[in-house]
Amino acid sequence: MELIVRGGYVYDPANGVNGEKIDIYVKDGKIVESVEESKAKVIDASGMIVMPGGVDLHSHIAGAKVNSGRVLRPEDHVKDPEPKTKYKRSGVGRSVPSTFTTGYRYAVMGYTTVMEPASPPLKTRHTHEELNDTPIVDKACLPMFGNNWFVMEFLKEGDVDKCITYVGWMINVLKGFGVKIVNPGGVEAWGWGKNLEHIDDKVPYFDITPREILRGLCKAAQELNLPTYIHVHANALGRPGNFSVTMDTMECVRDLAKDGKADIHMVHIQFNAFGGDDWSTLRSAGSEISDYVNRHTHVTLDMGQIIFGDTTTMTADGPWQYELYKLSGNKWVNSDVEAETGVGIVPYVFRRKSYVNAVQWTIGLEVALLVKDKWRLCLSTDHPNGGPFTEYPRIIAWLMSKEARRRTLRRIHSKAAKRSILDELDYEYSLYDIAIVTRAAPAKILGLKNKGHLGIGADADIAIYDLNPKEVDFSRDYKAVRKAFRRAAYTIKDGKVVVKDGEIVSSHIGRTYWTKITMKDPSRVDQLVDEIRDRFQEYYTVSLSNYPISEEYLHRGEPINVKAAI
Amino acid sequence: MSEVRDVVCPFCGCLCDDLVILVEEGKIAGVKNGCALSITKYLNYNRERISKPMVRKNGELEETSLEEAVNRAAELLANADYPVSYGWSNTSCEAIATGIELMEEVGGVIDNTSVVCHGPSVLGVHEVGHPTCTLGEIKNRADLIIYWASNPLQSHPRHLSRYTVMARGKFRKSRDERTLIVVDVRKTYTARVADYFIQIQPGKDYELLSALRTAVRGEELEQEEVAGVKREHIEEVADLLISCEFGVLFWGVGLTMTGGKYRNIDLAISLVRDLNAYTKFVMMPMRGHYNVVGANAVFTWQTGYPYAVDFSHGYPRYNPGETSVTDILVRGEADAALIVASDPASNFPRKAVEHLSRIPVVLIDPRWTSTTDIAEVVIPTAMLGIEVEGTAYRMDGVPIHMKKVINPPDGLKPDVEILRMILDRIRAMRGG
Repeated sequence: MELIVRGGYVYDPANGVNGEKIDIYVKDGKIVESVEESKAKVIDASGMIVMPGGVDLHSHIAGAKVNSGRVLRPEDHVKDPEPKTKYKRSGVGRSVPSTFTTGYRYAVMGYTTVMEPASPPLKTRHTHEELNDTPIVDKACLPMFGNNWFVMEFLKEGDVDKCITYVGWMINVLKGFGVKIVNPGGVEAWGWGKNLEHIDDKVPYFDITPREILRGLCKAAQELNLPTYIHVHANALGRPGNFSVTMDTMECVRDLAKDGKADIHMVHIQFNAFGGDDWSTLRSAGSEISDYVNRHTHVTLDMGQIIFGDTTTMTADGPWQYELYKLSGNKWVNSDVEAETGVGIVPYVFRRKSYVNAVQWTIGLEVALLVKDKWRLCLSTDHPNGGPFTEYPRIIAWLMSKEARRRTLRRIHSKAAKRSILDELDYEYSLYDIAIVTRAAPAKILGLKNKGHLGIGADADIAIYDLNPKEVDFSRDYKAVRKAFRRAAYTIKDGKVVVKDGEIVSSHIGRTYWTKITMKDPSRVDQLVDEIRDRFQEYYTVSLSNYPISEEYLHRGEPINVKAAI
Repeated sequence: MSEVRDVVCPFCGCLCDDLVILVEEGKIAGVKNGCALSITKYLNYNRERISKPMVRKNGELEETSLEEAVNRAAELLANADYPVSYGWSNTSCEAIATGIELMEEVGGVIDNTSVVCHGPSVLGVHEVGHPTCTLGEIKNRADLIIYWASNPLQSHPRHLSRYTVMARGKFRKSRDERTLIVVDVRKTYTARVADYFIQIQPGKDYELLSALRTAVRGEELEQEEVAGVKREHIEEVADLLISCEFGVLFWGVGLTMTGGKYRNIDLAISLVRDLNAYTKFVMMPMRGHYNVVGANAVFTWQTGYPYAVDFSHGYPRYNPGETSVTDILVRGEADAALIVASDPASNFPRKAVEHLSRIPVVLIDPRWTSTTDIAEVVIPTAMLGIEVEGTAYRMDGVPIHMKKVINPPDGLKPDVEILRMILDRIRAMRGG
């Protein structure tokens, strides 16, 4: 099918297009140079903005942990039922939507690619089953390695190559996309009810430090030529003063970066940018973090912005979630996964009048405004941790309008407002900036070459919003911005119109990307599997032969082929 | 004779995946590594099988073509006002997903066997949460193991040897590094191998859990004896719980289906949660059917709710007691039923079975059961994990791919295919 998107103001930062009126041509699901005008369906986008489909590189949408969150929160689902329609399966929404609803709601916002950022390897089959049931959007998952026993043992033995081979084997058999690290070593310590404070603490019994784990896995991602570098949820998340641990985490892989390229993505930075010594002296360390990022090119970030209201926090950082349970008194799920990782889930209400929550709100926005190179920043709430992804338009409005920020700033805990530098920050995002942090930058960080832009050959994933940049003053009329980004006028996925006027008008299965690694020396992998066989039997409760996930599990799998350097 | 290795057993929630099945001339000739239940299942899987679809005519089940059976099933379900579906714990996740789509299409209710076993456990989790882990964590770390109202040596025979007391893991190598406590109303087989057996008076679980929680918190028990257990013993056990390195509480249907029901679970979870202030402590329900956890998982990711999901309003509604199939049947509200891989006629409450026998029942099941006798349409299927492959979830939520060992009898298809045929037929009837 051929399609022309005519007359819209196009924002395509990857190709340097900044609000120019350009027609976009689509054929067979791709952006092309031209189509036969007489045959093509024309979408009139005049007076509207046109962007590549949104890319979310950090959103917990699928897998065992998300599903445990769903089981925990019937009282949340009941507020937001999603009825069946001609094109839609039914479901529930709010903070932990069912899978079908997740796909539809992303598409309605003009998003077309989503990364599930934390898959426990042993339960990754579950992640894929849910991703299969998440319609429209393309997706992938990052298996977690930061507390993996084999990783720690190989690195302790000083055998980095073996660690790299192991990570490569795992990504292949799990149909994973890249390497995620959550509270390295700390989640293993939580197996004994403990935690680590700092990147140089020793992991109990494994005699290794988070610093060594981070460096080893950073090298693994590089040597395997994965599409994306390590995504890191640093140690000490959620604790006052943790920004120094975050700085040390970024610094510990600085020397490994090659040719000025990034080698570490710090996820949901807000939760790791706390200053102060305790809850009463808590302050934003957004300036310190941004300052570091502005001085060093090897780091990229996503915001982890909080949204005031009721949500469901969930992370592999089991010890932190236990802390959050103790702080909030709310119900608590914990689910540790043998030899690999953990999970904690706690419902949580972010309150404007809570000093701590108000400070958190300022941190995410401060970082987003202070980081100069927007190509190294992504918009996120760490869905659903900071708030549901459906609230992104609220963040877009805050970024684009100082007035919008002020309106909220006036209503938050007064001490937090006074202590924040937010009111002094005059920067207002342009649509071009928004297109970077919601599309171009996350696609670039993920290494998805056909995503996040509208150049020839790109996937025809296009979002059209009914917002006229020539008529609307975004700074003053931020509510119009919010409204436009909530419900796309059109969302086009793989060249098909899936959303019109904010409603789903067709649905299909999106791709699941995975990284297919070819080792330079394939015999290494066979040796490795032989070598881990006995230990695997001791550590795990499934047979080694039943651990791999076959390609058939991905209803529309799409391998990204890479050649490893070893 | 050939061997199929690392076969996954389709019997209980242990989902052992290390079986070796001996196949001779297309038939199962032997089982290695299996427990008594598993071996019995494999060696007798072909007994009481139904070979042809059947439709009831003039009160008698008559063999018919698959097409006619599917058409009849589709008509019954599509024309019903309030159809219900039940079972789903002995089939694949793929079949479960198709079943949900089907019941959503006809605006009915779908429920799984949780409603008569660990449903109250789920309700407890809604209330308080659930500190848990995978079985390997227990194998590797646990030095204190409690089975409460559960007798795994008979219900989950390899549970102790593969995952808990006798398992060899990274940090625990042998039986003498672990303490086993059994709480039950009688001295079960499992109780006989326990280090501590606590014989509790029937129906007094809530009282004993309360007392233990009090003792764990260091508060004084006023009674000399609670639930038939002496105060000193309760205090001794509380000290054991606090002083272990990694403890786990497994609980069975004896806790969910006695007086306090979900209140018992609420309290058990609270106890385990409290223990985490002193040490590492987790818990896990002893799920019975091999894929009941998969049923809960698929229900939850597709609808938001783990069982008792009502689509009659066009979106998922969940209110166990109201939307649970047992209660709907007891109230006499359903006017058709789809039963998949289950035999409710032999284990539902009497009033529910009575109503079930009055309405048209579509039964999809490999075997002849009590439910066959009241069914209107019977479609036999191939068996998951023996004749067809598919996905199941272990009691700790670990998903495992079930293998195919031998070919199914001629003409028998997997559940998922039959359900897809019925769904397609319903949509065709509606001009979709």
